[in-house]
Amino acid sequence: MIERSFEAELLELNDLILKMGNMVQTSIHKSVEALKNRDESLSKDVIESDRNVDDLELLIDDKCITLIARIQPMAADLRFITTAMKITTDLERIGDLAVDIAQKNIELITMPLLKPLIDTPKLADIAKKMIAESIDTFVKRDSTRSIKIHSMEKEADKLRDLITDELAGIMMKDPTTVPRALPLLLIARYLERICDHAMNIAEDVVYMVEAKVVKHLPIDKK
Amino acid sequence: MKNAIEVKDLDFYYGKFKALSKVNIDVRRNEITALIGPSGCGKSTFLRCLNRMNDLIPGIKAEGSIKVEGVEINNGTTDLVDLRKKVGMVFQRPNPFPLSIFENVAFGPKIHRMAKGDELKDIVKSSLQKVLLWDEFKDKLNKNALSLTLEQQQRLCIARLVAVRPDILLMDEPCSALDPVAIQKIEDLMRFLKKDYTIIIVTHNMQQAARVSDRTGFFLLGELIEFSETDKIFTAPSDKRTEEYITGRYG
Repeated sequence: MIERSFEAELLELNDLILKMGNMVQTSIHKSVEALKNRDESLSKDVIESDRNVDDLELLIDDKCITLIARIQPMAADLRFITTAMKITTDLERIGDLAVDIAQKNIELITMPLLKPLIDTPKLADIAKKMIAESIDTFVKRDSTRSIKIHSMEKEADKLRDLITDELAGIMMKDPTTVPRALPLLLIARYLERICDHAMNIAEDVVYMVEAKVVKHLPIDKK
Repeated sequence: MKNAIEVKDLDFYYGKFKALSKVNIDVRRNEITALIGPSGCGKSTFLRCLNRMNDLIPGIKAEGSIKVEGVEINNGTTDLVDLRKKVGMVFQRPNPFPLSIFENVAFGPKIHRMAKGDELKDIVKSSLQKVLLWDEFKDKLNKNALSLTLEQQQRLCIARLVAVRPDILLMDEPCSALDPVAIQKIEDLMRFLKKDYTIIIVTHNMQQAARVSDRTGFFLLGELIEFSETDKIFTAPSDKRTEEYITGRYG
């Protein structure tokens, strides 16, 4: 059987999503490293390299729209292309959140460290793992891991709550710590949002593979 | 009863060749049902079973039940003239008679002695209105039908059916001889007509099936593989063979 003429273009789209996934993973990794090491130049690197993520988002969207117009995809092809478009939006937002973290790092570096970071790196690890997992489910067309990713997201929510409570306690005890605590609070929030986007990707993959909508469903119904 | 057609366990043979195997389908009234599938899969054969057009071919045999508006038609007692009045057919190429526009539309009602005089004129008018040709041709009803564009000819053929007050319109690739603009106009007409008729269309054009129909059936090697809502067939088909066909992986 002759290969479908647009098969190569679908593969290229797959590779571009993978590339974008790798880019945002690198951005998060760098922004978290920069937070731990109070590294201003690495933070700036994250901010500057976000343009590449944005460019790739536009390129992927353009490819998807062209494919829809030209091949008029149906069924699995249609689900693949529309999912790719949604995933790029999530990945682009993840990239922006890495930039937000980097910007808070730059603020924090100008002030003495409030406390040793313990839970934030843990939360960052979960965020990185969740993105890696969700991108992998897309590339491998594996819809079986959404439950696992969902439980990681719950873990992330718990850590974010722990961090929030701890920082709130510190700020209440000593209001002069607010300028140093607030950026940390926001960073925890950004990391938790990254996990939410990774969860979105995993749920979109379930639709792509099984044509089943699991968004907004309780865990036992996913 | 919401079904215009109910088919149960239909087998169909051309001589020894089995062209349809155990076809079961309920066609809902006032919906557009599309039948898709590769060439030779049996979709046109199936369509022609619904008004017994296959009877014109020697050596055919149809087994099973076909009910049109609740009445069994796959038997020796069906009045075929009456059946074909109820279940009209539009073909690939428009086939108007080499007569005037008026005579084309009046032909059926005259043959069936449904009307004459002013009543006949009213039927011609309302039929041409139904296919949106009246405004353009009300002063040119004596114009030869063969001088119309292909799309207008196809509309006229639909008006010719409509004139004998059918319940069901069968369309066998009605747009395959038409250009894209004409196709869109015929599709618009189909949507306009479905409030009054049940329409079944056989098409090779999957985008057309996706655009125009409410439900879609996929035929393969004489079997109805899958039949469900058009939205579902083209986004999330249940059967792997449907998926392969509509994404171009079949064959």
